[in-house]
Amino acid sequence: LLFQITDVLTAVALYLAIQDYNKVVFKKQKLLIELDKYAPDVAELIRTPMEMHYIPLKVALFYLLNPYTVMSCVAKSTCAINNTVIAFFILATIKGSAFLSAVFLALATYQSLYPLTLFAPALLYLLQRQFIPIKLKSKSFWLYTMQYAALYLCSLVVIICLSFFLLNSWDFIPSVYGFILSVPDLTPNIGLFWYFFAEMFEHFSLFFVCVFQINVFFYTIPLAIKLKEHPVFFMFVQIAIISIFKSYPTVGDIALYMAFLPVWSHLYRFLRNIFILSCVLIVCSVLFPVLWHLWIYAGSANSNFYYAITLTFNVGQV
Amino acid sequence: GAMAALLLAVLLVPLLAAPGRARRDALREELLLSPLPAGDVAATFQFRTRWDADLSSGAVSHYRLFPKALGQLVAALGVRELHLALTQGFWRTRTWGQPPLQAPAGAELWVWFQPTVTNVDKAWKELSNILSGIFCASLNFIDSTNTVTPMASFKPLGLANGTDHHLLRYAVLPREVVCTENLTPWKKLLPCGSKAGLAVLLKAERLFHSSYHSQAVHIRPVCRDASCLAVSWELRQTLTVVFDAFSSGQGKKDWSLFKMFSRTLTDACPLASESKVYVDISPKNKEKELLEVTPPPTSVHETIVQGDKRTYAIYDLLSPSLFNTSRSLNVQLKWKRPEDSSELPTPVLHAHRYVSGYGLQTGEISTLIYNTHPYRAFPVILLETVPWYLRLYVHTLTITTKGKENKPSYIHYQPAQDRRRPHLLEMLIQLPANSVTKITIQFERALLKWTEYPPDPNHGFYVSSSVLSALVPSIIAMKNVDVEQSPLFTSLFPSSDGSSYFLRLYTEPLLVNLPTPDFSMPYNVICLTCTVVAVCYGSFYNLLTRTFHVEEPSRGGLAKRLANIIRKFRGVPLL
Repeated sequence: LLFQITDVLTAVALYLAIQDYNKVVFKKQKLLIELDKYAPDVAELIRTPMEMHYIPLKVALFYLLNPYTVMSCVAKSTCAINNTVIAFFILATIKGSAFLSAVFLALATYQSLYPLTLFAPALLYLLQRQFIPIKLKSKSFWLYTMQYAALYLCSLVVIICLSFFLLNSWDFIPSVYGFILSVPDLTPNIGLFWYFFAEMFEHFSLFFVCVFQINVFFYTIPLAIKLKEHPVFFMFVQIAIISIFKSYPTVGDIALYMAFLPVWSHLYRFLRNIFILSCVLIVCSVLFPVLWHLWIYAGSANSNFYYAITLTFNVGQV
Repeated sequence: GAMAALLLAVLLVPLLAAPGRARRDALREELLLSPLPAGDVAATFQFRTRWDADLSSGAVSHYRLFPKALGQLVAALGVRELHLALTQGFWRTRTWGQPPLQAPAGAELWVWFQPTVTNVDKAWKELSNILSGIFCASLNFIDSTNTVTPMASFKPLGLANGTDHHLLRYAVLPREVVCTENLTPWKKLLPCGSKAGLAVLLKAERLFHSSYHSQAVHIRPVCRDASCLAVSWELRQTLTVVFDAFSSGQGKKDWSLFKMFSRTLTDACPLASESKVYVDISPKNKEKELLEVTPPPTSVHETIVQGDKRTYAIYDLLSPSLFNTSRSLNVQLKWKRPEDSSELPTPVLHAHRYVSGYGLQTGEISTLIYNTHPYRAFPVILLETVPWYLRLYVHTLTITTKGKENKPSYIHYQPAQDRRRPHLLEMLIQLPANSVTKITIQFERALLKWTEYPPDPNHGFYVSSSVLSALVPSIIAMKNVDVEQSPLFTSLFPSSDGSSYFLRLYTEPLLVNLPTPDFSMPYNVICLTCTVVAVCYGSFYNLLTRTFHVEEPSRGGLAKRLANIIRKFRGVPLL
């Protein structure tokens, strides 16, 4: 029951967030139309209020009815709680409250290290909302950044110290974060890493662990530079990257970023390969349990390895 | 003439004076032959060297009967008790009865260190390496992933001043194989080697042609005399072997020393103070007739061993009357009626362990413990060591007796840490009279890195035997006798009172399969995974650095004009 509640909470948070975001986007669009900045044949891209009305609902429904969400709820995995915290963080960011968004981000980072990369898109969005231009020389930019960073770090420190007092030792830091970073356990999951590390030479394992972890964090800066006008899209892409490259991905992570797809429904006509992509996704999801069973119970060896490749391959496409 | 006599006198005086000086070490050797139900014969050799010296205090340089290798080991590493057993095969308690001294399959080493040792783990590692060299066994594979510190089992068997269990270490290597290379250094530690005394029977080609072979070394401190003011060190070397009389005796259950060992006894070890052969001639049939052995024994002795009254025929190799008739002693037993030994007496305590489940993901370990005593209940300590890659779920541990749940009065559980230490589960379970207790626990199998698999990964991984220690109540009251006078096979375990005897049983080792990755593909895996990462990176790079240019529609070259002409004919719109 608890997990159903968290799922519903996540859906509600996403609904509210997207509603708010849509309002902002619509306002911006209206402004730009009035300023006549759009080229004439962009008419199809203009979003109508009617569409906008339904998008939040679609987002919430996408999340709740996603088979991945249902699977993760049935399995009672803590990914649902993680998703809830991230959804609340997105809500807080879009609403513009820097304090709440810092707190939620700290909570999310405390659970698993990767939402740290969401710091950048959140910062960009808040700056945009405050109408502070992003120039490296502007004082107000740095001031706001410092404020936000301070809020975030303080909440993180508070949470970690609370854990310390609960446990009376610092042992939990290597057990939790060290575990995420150094990937010692190799249970098959739907990510890329496990088979790779199972077949690695001892000599190189440290090198490859570092490379893989850097992969997650590395895309933040270039994307920040490129997508500074569209921080929400940036956030979406960042969540997708985390879910591909994290040490122990689960289907719940995929559910979270798939929930965002309706927000950009006006861009659907530009997505290439959408048919192939959805087919690959469905085929992989169906074949996953089949090939798992084959490997564990019937004994053909590299079947599970096949998973790692196909599913993440298509995710890379998007 | 006078000078020569004087020289001789000078040389002889010390020799003559020598018998006056008390012998500081003594060797006793004995061989116990017991016919088991179902036609097998168990032969247990025990060689006990007892040395009145204090190895722990200072440097002792003059070693006579006690082997120098072990003496130096004990002194240098601060060992208080050492028990090492190398076993091949499994003692079938159901069909063979209670074992005199059982050991688990493979290599087992447990050591109590002196309280003066500060770094027990370091001393343990050094000890296992040195022993691996002395006994030519791969004991150097003992490391923290298969060593545990039991908290309740394995109490010291010798003198002990206090039992801080942090000084105890226990490890089992179930995969070890025992062969002639392990027997030879073991025989070399004996004072007479294999040249005289009972050790002449230890010929490898017959010993390893058996159902069960176990050789052990036990070192412990004991009281020097009844007042216990000083400490002596005792080294016991035991070798237990079970021969299948049917397969070697051409279908008849008669056996003899020559048939079993292809050798006979010719004399006692000159360094031994006692050298005896005991044959169990307790009656096995309803008429209570003693079995007949030839040649006639020196004496017949009745004693109570493990709760049972038994009669032993004793051949004393040091008595001059034994070798009067023939130069060699070949003990033979002929069964008068072949069906005499077919009834199987059930042992009071026996156990059985197995793995159940299907597939390579989960499984369940079940242990069944049988208490066949008709009216007495007694507690038993169960010690289980499970390697870290079988992840136990302790919340699924269930203990049921006769259909009802049986809560253990003491549980000590130490969870495993991946690649650092194994699971340790110790429980004190009360076994009601005449019952079967079933203990089940579920586990999940982990996927290991490919270098951690043994060379034959599909053979499976061994889980070492669990240990059951119990004070079994005996039906017949046993008297406390003097340790020095009683036969060796009754005196390894200290007995506190006459109503129960100590027994340590081991269950079967288990063989469990783990999911294996494909070992032929490391390079392919690395390439393909990096390809996926590169695809990802490529898409992102594309996304980030692609700029759009407006392309002017061009008039087109020759090909286009030709295509347009064809299209005009077809009636489709032009390019």
